Amino acid sequence: MKLLELGDGALTLEFGERIDPDANARVMATRDALQALGLDGITDMVPTWRSLTVHFDPLRLPHDHLRQALLQAAVQESALATRRSATPIIVPVCFGGEFGPDLADVAAATGRSEGELIAALCAVDLQVALIGFLPGFPYLGGLPDWLDLPRRATPRTAVPANSFAIAGGQAAIYPWQSPGGWHLLGRTPLKLFDPANPQRPARFAPCDVLRIEAVTPDEFENLRDHPRHA
Amino acid sequence: MLEILACPLPASLQDAGRPGYRHLGVPLSGALDPEWLALANALAGNRTDAAAIELRLAGPRLKSDADALFAIAGEVDARIVGEANTHAVAAWRSHRLHAGEELRIDAVRSGVAYLAFAGGIEGRRELGSRSRYERADLGSPFAPGQLLKVGAGGTAIPRRLGIAPARHDGPLRVIPGPQRERFSDAAWQNFLGGEFVVGREADRMGLRLDGPRLNHVGGADIVSDAVTPGAIQVPGDGRPIVLLADCQTVGGYAKIATVIGADLPRLGHALPGTRLRFAAVTLDEALAARQEAAQALAASLATVVPDTAEPDLAALYGANLIDGVIDATH
Repeated sequence: MKLLELGDGALTLEFGERIDPDANARVMATRDALQALGLDGITDMVPTWRSLTVHFDPLRLPHDHLRQALLQAAVQESALATRRSATPIIVPVCFGGEFGPDLADVAAATGRSEGELIAALCAVDLQVALIGFLPGFPYLGGLPDWLDLPRRATPRTAVPANSFAIAGGQAAIYPWQSPGGWHLLGRTPLKLFDPANPQRPARFAPCDVLRIEAVTPDEFENLRDHPRHA
Repeated sequence: MLEILACPLPASLQDAGRPGYRHLGVPLSGALDPEWLALANALAGNRTDAAAIELRLAGPRLKSDADALFAIAGEVDARIVGEANTHAVAAWRSHRLHAGEELRIDAVRSGVAYLAFAGGIEGRRELGSRSRYERADLGSPFAPGQLLKVGAGGTAIPRRLGIAPARHDGPLRVIPGPQRERFSDAAWQNFLGGEFVVGREADRMGLRLDGPRLNHVGGADIVSDAVTPGAIQVPGDGRPIVLLADCQTVGGYAKIATVIGADLPRLGHALPGTRLRFAAVTLDEALAARQEAAQALAASLATVVPDTAEPDLAALYGANLIDGVIDATH
């Protein structure tokens, strides 16, 4: 475990250097323990696969004070880490075709049929390890080992919003249209980010557990959240 | 109501930013130079964190349908064009814009400048901030044809600034980054000894720098961890990227150093072609500099006074100012 300075207004507690579910569990438990202290002057706590960064105002919260609090809050053994929420959030996804143009290629690359691939994705619990890259963009762990594919050689300039995608042993859902190099398997009708709901603007938060449910294109249309009007 | 008539180059509405949502991937955003934002607001009689227009390079043309009071912090060429006449407006003091008159910001000569209106600009407030973040459509866009509501404040009294906050003018001060050990000692020496030039890829997310290559030990890529404005990340090509207010919340490149909080407002002024140098300081020095910058800003804000022909001596003495702080000829 290492405590690193990210400038004079942020500290990063690093539990490891790799993508590691155990480290992620310790990160989340440490965040909860630090949050419980209710320190004045903390503006943001950003958990990742392997580290927790605390952004703070050093003129309100002395550096040494936060440093000590972080080391005390640090949960060192994953056995002590809190359990993730038990109830998975159901995420409907319409697979293949225009919704998931890379489904056939990914099935071929992994030696499965499209049906087997979809069944496997619907059978696992996907954990939100962190949110980053874009507002509301979840990095999801928990894929079967055989689904660890490198990114596409040529990234797309425009991945459609709401795409469900995999790469590098992780899954993700794009809340916004953006460039991206992940393999697109399907699309969810859910609105993933809503600034009108300040309590929970992002549908998913670190620690959530998601379960994918395959839906037909008709069901996709019926479930579609109304898009936001500016 | 303000009408934006033209906006040749990016300008945006910014306030003090959107803290508290970075764990959900929402950037901090907010003014690149929060100190000058505070001064523009103070001159307009607003709270220091009210939303104002952040100007870069060349500014917009605006019209108001009601009498308004505005102030500019920064170095600009600006004028008010009325039916009968045109007159230049100076920065660092407030001016009246009468209904129907046009305010033209012809050029922004400082890297960034702020245009505040008395009452504040009431663009969309989302997740606690009116700051514009384009990629997620947060805050109101700023584009020709757009109408922006201004809070009640058109009758505020004009004000002027005594002194701008003193700023460190040496190299940008940094403390070693979380992945300092991912760089050779030669790369660290190149970083501190070399001169860098801001490249064409420069926006509110960050600045790509040209200069000596900064070579890694064991590769540039890391498993993503959090970044922050001021962090200097170095991709595999060895060309550093300095992150700014709209930067993503996490990043996958090793970070060699972080510009200290006290120097972030200066960094916000860098434009393509700007030359930058870096100097390492200790954490204690960084914290002392942050304290000094906060005090310098507070002292400067205390020199914002009513713009009357006669200085308002009672107000000046009431603000407990140090002798000589006020430029009486201003």
